Amino acid sequence: MKSKGKSYYLIPYYLWIALFVIAPVLLVIYYSLFDLDGKLTLDNYVNFFTPVYMRMMMNSFWYAFLITLFSLLVAYPAAYLLTRTKHKQLWLLLIILPTWINLLLKTYAFIGIFGTFGPVNNFFDLVGLGEQQILFTGFSFVFVSVYIFIPFMILPIFSALDEMNLSLVDAARDLGASGWTTFRRVVFPLTISGVRSGCMAVFIPALSLFMITRLIAGNRVITLGTAIEQHFLVTQDWGMGSTVAVFLIAIMALFMILTGSSRKGGRA
Amino acid sequence: MKNKNGIANIYLVLVFLVLYAPIFYLMYYSFNSGGTMHEFEGFTLDYYREVVADTRLMIIMINTLVIALLSSAIATLIAIIGALAIQHVRSRRAKNTLLSLNNVLIVSPDVIIGASFLILFTIVGIKLGFTSVLLSHVAFSIPIAVIMILPHLQEMSPTLTDAARDLGATRRDVLTKVILPIIKPGIFSGFFMALTYSLDDFAVTFFVTGNGYSTLSVEIYSRARQGVSLSINALSTLIFLFTILLVIGYYYLNQRKSRPAMHIAEQVAEAGVPR
Repeated sequence: MKSKGKSYYLIPYYLWIALFVIAPVLLVIYYSLFDLDGKLTLDNYVNFFTPVYMRMMMNSFWYAFLITLFSLLVAYPAAYLLTRTKHKQLWLLLIILPTWINLLLKTYAFIGIFGTFGPVNNFFDLVGLGEQQILFTGFSFVFVSVYIFIPFMILPIFSALDEMNLSLVDAARDLGASGWTTFRRVVFPLTISGVRSGCMAVFIPALSLFMITRLIAGNRVITLGTAIEQHFLVTQDWGMGSTVAVFLIAIMALFMILTGSSRKGGRA
Repeated sequence: MKNKNGIANIYLVLVFLVLYAPIFYLMYYSFNSGGTMHEFEGFTLDYYREVVADTRLMIIMINTLVIALLSSAIATLIAIIGALAIQHVRSRRAKNTLLSLNNVLIVSPDVIIGASFLILFTIVGIKLGFTSVLLSHVAFSIPIAVIMILPHLQEMSPTLTDAARDLGATRRDVLTKVILPIIKPGIFSGFFMALTYSLDDFAVTFFVTGNGYSTLSVEIYSRARQGVSLSINALSTLIFLFTILLVIGYYYLNQRKSRPAMHIAEQVAEAGVPR
């Protein structure tokens, strides 16, 4: 271990870091400085602060926020109840299982479910609401995204709840705290780390979804992810695409710094 | 108390129902002779025949499997080195930096990984297709495999390697006879995670496949954009069964290693959303 000169075998890993971790970020920053004609300019950044992109950014944030919020609202009680079940490992496994099924296929299923003649519309017909346009709306986008992300919210919350010392809850109850107070003052603060990593696992991908917006929201919802895909693969304006990517990277870095301290503490 | 349990169970059942409904919905209509995803007219296996007869689709499936197996194997190898490298570093600061760099690709949105790799391959002059897809899959699988292997390395008592050294083992012997057998479960789970990442990936592959080369996710995307086609349903049923077999196999392996499932679940959660 002391012989420093013999660490040649570590080279492939460091090469990977240099080529596939550091270089891509630098390349994205570099490309963001060029316009469509290959001229060095800051125009892309100026463009980014025009209303079009600002609205898209707000839109993207708003949807990501909604998706995270609803995932949390559904996942927290589910995770809590899971820790109280008998064969909790088995149930947890059943929660994870759908995540191993291709994302595209699950999204595709919703095209049928939310479609004009799909079961949801049939149900609406039955209760007298009449046919609704569900597909290609903001609602279907949020619903499908929440559906996709729920397991990733449940898992960290589940493990935080599972590690929690139950005698603390008993103590709170013995001291006369109501169920709600116990939850608010004891259980929730103790599991906040799980909530935080769950939110992170949902929020960042939710900012950059693009296939769900295309398939389910029918281009009605444009997120930062859709914009990047559009610039890179359709309009071929790599400069502008990179600029959007730079902002996304910056947001992500900010997020990591804000939530980083707790995660590191948890791992060490 | 009894009543409360009732409500709790209903809630959980509902969550499970919602999680599984779309999957079973797809499977159910794969047998529909009507050709739509809303009116079940009669039972048919036509769409399965269509899938099996579709040579283009078969080639794409083989592509997907080859990429998945090859990229996971290469990624796991490099990840073993990576885990050793991180373990090797003594200073806490440097170790944290290395870990952060390791995790960049795990937390990065796929679109950014895809776009930046596209720039990288174009600049280096790698033709888009098999090579670019393989390299990307190797690249984004490495960090997750490192994360699966590292805990095993950290749990290993350093006295073991010292003892082996004292008994005259060479560096190579220490690695192959002491370290690798001990971290084997981690290597397996790393390989498995890399495999599922690769099989699941859409966004990154979408950016770096050129014309003429396709993986299953990309193919499903382009077919789904054209509307409902029940051969996708049939295909997804087959994939679902394959996935279940894979998962059962994996858990069977893990059970024998007596590593609790929870541990893996936690790491999966830490790792974020599959692509």
